Amino acid sequence: MNKPAPRRPGVGPHPLRLLRRSPLATLGAVIVLLYALAALAAPLLAPHPPLTQYLEERLDPPSAQFPLGLDQLGRDIFSRLLFGARLSLMVGLVVVVIAGVLGTAVGMAAGFAGGRVDHALMRVTDIFFAFPSLILAMAIAAALGPSLTNAMIAIAMVTWPVYARLSRAQTLVLVRQEFLEAARAVGAGDLRILARHVLPNALSPLVVQASFNMGDAILIAAGLSFIGFGAHPPTPEWGVMVSEGRDYITTQWWVPTFPGLAILMAVTGFNLLGDGVRDMLDPRLRRAT
Amino acid sequence: MGLVLLGVSVLTFFIAHVVPADPVLAALGEHAREDQIRSYRHAYGLDRPVGVQYLIYVHRLLAGDFGISIRTRRPVAEDLGEFLPATVELGGTAWLVALLLGVPAGILSALYKDRIFDHISRIGSLMGASMPVFWLGLLLLGTFYYRLRWLPGPGRLDVSAIPPPSRTGLLLIDSALTGNGAVFWSALRHLVLPALTLGLFSTAVIARMTRSAMLEVLYQDYIRTARAKGLARARVVLRHALRNAMIPTLTIVGISFGNLLSGAVLTETVFAWPGLGRYATTSAISLDFPAVMGVTIVAAVIYTTINLAIDLLYARLDPRVRYE
Repeated sequence: MNKPAPRRPGVGPHPLRLLRRSPLATLGAVIVLLYALAALAAPLLAPHPPLTQYLEERLDPPSAQFPLGLDQLGRDIFSRLLFGARLSLMVGLVVVVIAGVLGTAVGMAAGFAGGRVDHALMRVTDIFFAFPSLILAMAIAAALGPSLTNAMIAIAMVTWPVYARLSRAQTLVLVRQEFLEAARAVGAGDLRILARHVLPNALSPLVVQASFNMGDAILIAAGLSFIGFGAHPPTPEWGVMVSEGRDYITTQWWVPTFPGLAILMAVTGFNLLGDGVRDMLDPRLRRAT
Repeated sequence: MGLVLLGVSVLTFFIAHVVPADPVLAALGEHAREDQIRSYRHAYGLDRPVGVQYLIYVHRLLAGDFGISIRTRRPVAEDLGEFLPATVELGGTAWLVALLLGVPAGILSALYKDRIFDHISRIGSLMGASMPVFWLGLLLLGTFYYRLRWLPGPGRLDVSAIPPPSRTGLLLIDSALTGNGAVFWSALRHLVLPALTLGLFSTAVIARMTRSAMLEVLYQDYIRTARAKGLARARVVLRHALRNAMIPTLTIVGISFGNLLSGAVLTETVFAWPGLGRYATTSAISLDFPAVMGVTIVAAVIYTTINLAIDLLYARLDPRVRYE
């Protein structure tokens, strides 16, 4: 009797096809794409260099020449936002790569090895979960010395445990599957099993988490820069721009408002994307919502 | 919990003692003389092996000794005692705001799924969860204080108000205990903007979780049964659905407390709120590691305790957890 082959866990329809079914996820994807485009083409799209000062026109409101107005040093806010997108997306990507690789490696090792190794590694993640993220990130950034690079390391250090928990949970389910038994039976080593069989099947929730992590990283980095532990002036980083423009909130509202809006929209985009993809991959949620 | 707190001490020790290029220079400044450096190293045990240094560190922590703040020149424990109540008052109010707005918004959103309220609530909670706290604080301050003058600006009290004698350090409670209506009113008005700023993120997260938990429960057979046997809708929603939906929501409520502590750092900076967050920021800027680590440890202890309490409550609400 021919039975249909059972579907391997974690493998679903193609993400792009799923994306089309959810308008919110599509909106998130469009926002993310627009930001990526802005970041890549910043030198082409920006009407002015991000550090050039037009002192005569400083604090001028939005106009045809300066679409989002000028800041307190006479720099074009729109151009600075475009270059800021490069920084923010780079922060997000670097954090996702460091935290994702570290967390996934720890989680998969814990789930695969089991026993004492699992217990020890999970207690380590518990310790990181015991800290409110921004406070720990600030402490690490202060210890390393305030800079954007150190802020990225600090943010990765506070966000990797989520990947560890997710990949451990996935690994625990996968190690009981028959196809892993089969791989073992044909002589595949542990590392090969983890890399070729476990990782690809555990990837879906990790990709969703990466999208949320991008938004989180952008938000935490902007917060750290706002209080002086990330990028420094005159870098066109969004958190720095809000911080520098804070005194102008009532008189020249555009100076701190547009950079804040840029952060809000970018983080919303990544959250929408993560939300949408997660809902589509989780059949229970798909039915309920 | 003990094991986690032990780990917290290892991590904070590592950050404060091992990561900085030279903790002595960070403490004494670049122009310190050789003999000053030597005596500082000796006084703080920094000339001993790292393992011994860690044991000294834990021994001091257990005695409530967080060291001396480099910036304020006072024991860090004393500083923490002074600044903690302002953060507790702000964080507690923000948490209350988040619960009072987030839970009903989530319930209504689930009950009126795909209707106008649900759309507004979902978009609002999505934006709330993506909002940079410091920017929202600036916007609220700019609008309601500088422009409209409806609410007071930075700080905990009006300049003219005389704080009541400190019993709890919480101005609302202290002024209520002494029957000082004017100070109570001033403290309450000063809390509105920072508490809304700080509470918005948690409101959004709690609303989202309540909505999805309620939706999952509302589709269950026992809800259909309860409705079929003629129970009133309100009773079914509140007694049958909400009670079960609260279980996953509780976890988020606990986690959101960590967000509140993180958000307090930014909110207190924007609103010049004299709490732990602002103390941590100003200390970190002056590389005052004993103070920064003091705040970090206290935040971790508070957060871990809250989550433990939530776990216990969880077991009370869900018999399956209790019997496992």
